[in-house]
Amino acid sequence: MSETLEQIVKDMKERFAAESTEYAGDKTLILSPEYLLAAIQTLRDEYHFNMIVDVTAVDYWPQQEPRFHVVYHIYSMLNNDILRVRVPLNGNGPHLDTIEKIYPGANWKEREVWDLFGITFDGHSDLRRVVMPYDWQGHPLRKDYPLGYEEVQFTFNAAEIDKRKPYAKD
Amino acid sequence: MTNIREVTVDELRHLVSDRAMTGETMLLNMGPQHPSTHGVLRLLLELDGEIVVNCIPDIGFLHTGVEKNMEAKTYQKAEVMTDRLDYMNSIGNNLAYCLAVEKLVDLDVPVRAQVLRVILAELQRISSHLLWLGTSCLDLAAMSVFLYAMREREMILSVMEMISGQRMMTTYIRPGGVWRDVPQEFVPAVQQIVEVMPGRIAEYESMLTKNMLFTERTQGIGVISAEDCARYGLSGPVIRGSGVAFDLRKARPYSGYEQYDFEVPTYDTGDIFGRYMVRMEEMRQSVRIVRQALSKLSNGPVRSDNRKFVPPPRSEIGVSMEALIHHFKLWTEGFNAPKESVFVTTESPRGILGVFMEGDGGPKPYRVHYVTPSFVNLQSMPLLTRQHFVADVVGIIGSIDIVLGDADR
Repeated sequence: MSETLEQIVKDMKERFAAESTEYAGDKTLILSPEYLLAAIQTLRDEYHFNMIVDVTAVDYWPQQEPRFHVVYHIYSMLNNDILRVRVPLNGNGPHLDTIEKIYPGANWKEREVWDLFGITFDGHSDLRRVVMPYDWQGHPLRKDYPLGYEEVQFTFNAAEIDKRKPYAKD
Repeated sequence: MTNIREVTVDELRHLVSDRAMTGETMLLNMGPQHPSTHGVLRLLLELDGEIVVNCIPDIGFLHTGVEKNMEAKTYQKAEVMTDRLDYMNSIGNNLAYCLAVEKLVDLDVPVRAQVLRVILAELQRISSHLLWLGTSCLDLAAMSVFLYAMREREMILSVMEMISGQRMMTTYIRPGGVWRDVPQEFVPAVQQIVEVMPGRIAEYESMLTKNMLFTERTQGIGVISAEDCARYGLSGPVIRGSGVAFDLRKARPYSGYEQYDFEVPTYDTGDIFGRYMVRMEEMRQSVRIVRQALSKLSNGPVRSDNRKFVPPPRSEIGVSMEALIHHFKLWTEGFNAPKESVFVTTESPRGILGVFMEGDGGPKPYRVHYVTPSFVNLQSMPLLTRQHFVADVVGIIGSIDIVLGDADR
């Protein structure tokens, strides 16, 4: 844990009304969704976080506010620091701005988050499913999506079973 | 099923240029069953004659839902699935997973286990690079290198079999140490690999580095700049082949890598040849690390004696009531991890391998996410292949060294 990262987190907290936590040496910045683009842009341009390592999400269902956290990990080659940015999102079909224009590498990672969690990234250039088949219904990594034990559908009862299936609606 | 949704042309329209719609350029489907795509990668190529205008990778044919499955298993049991992600680097995947668990529950690892981890991770790196060397040169029609590389890889797989009973899916590294101590034959076997390898690497290089048939197919092809690498998040031999000495073993050491003396090889050209040169040198550096690690290998325990997280050895169970209780509790219920999240990064043979793990206070991980280098590196395919011949696409796929199990998870 370097001095500079402490300072960066402190600055970001003041500028973007963020909160921060720390566990086992990992610093986390909790941002509200409306500041995301500006904050990420600042982190890249002013604080040298030049590399996107990861974009993922966590589902806290049945809790609704916030239901999701979108989690970014960005890396600064200059200072050798990794910073985690969490963005809490409410509701079942949340929207968030894409950071693809700041880090082109976030393109597929955001597609993956959309595919598996159903979080829509506004302004994304190519928001298609990436790991699941294109005609898949539902978003598998949501906590209300069953892991298994599904009823077997045959042609005669497909529609009937389908009604009971716990897809993530909307 | 009544609700199958067909994809319309309009939804995919933005992927190709206008010229494709008038039939001026041709769309060619390459894969998923294609011997040069290293698994089940599908590429949609937009071609102008023989020149690639755009390349659209399509992955997911090997998606197994490992992250979802892990959420339903205890911390010890979920580890078995990590081998199956990147099946060329199963030791590395185990290591990343165990580092995350150890960071989450604050568990120490004994010195001997740390050294064993380093030896095995480096052996795995050599074996992964050997497979890459064999298959990617096979794509460029250099058949003999494949046979040579497989011969040496066999030696490393025999060592894996010796320590764990498995050649590939070892699950040898466990939270808090390693599964059990290595057998007596281990050190001589590794020593033999260390002695043999430098000569063998020179042998491969003598076949390739100055071979015109090889250099013509690799130099100046699939070039990517250092800035683009960082913007796209590319790592491993790809970024080092573009001249950036970025290696997480140096930058953010884990498992005691800071105690070893090794160099991070780089090459300035950023093309297929650059990545080839970097990987060849990396194998030599791995041999160097293994040699140092062998001299550091001292006697001692190979598992932490923190009984709240690590099961007791079999010999204790018969004589100690406590040990029996711990054994029972750990294998039925598992251990609890705090409601926090951690992120660890390791250097896999392909680049940054990260694990994001969140606990919820119970014995099962609430969320595990693998940041895999193949997924990230594949994203750069359009950038690398543009304005090259179709025949070079296979060389470029080989040079970024993808493992589809790693990309699709």
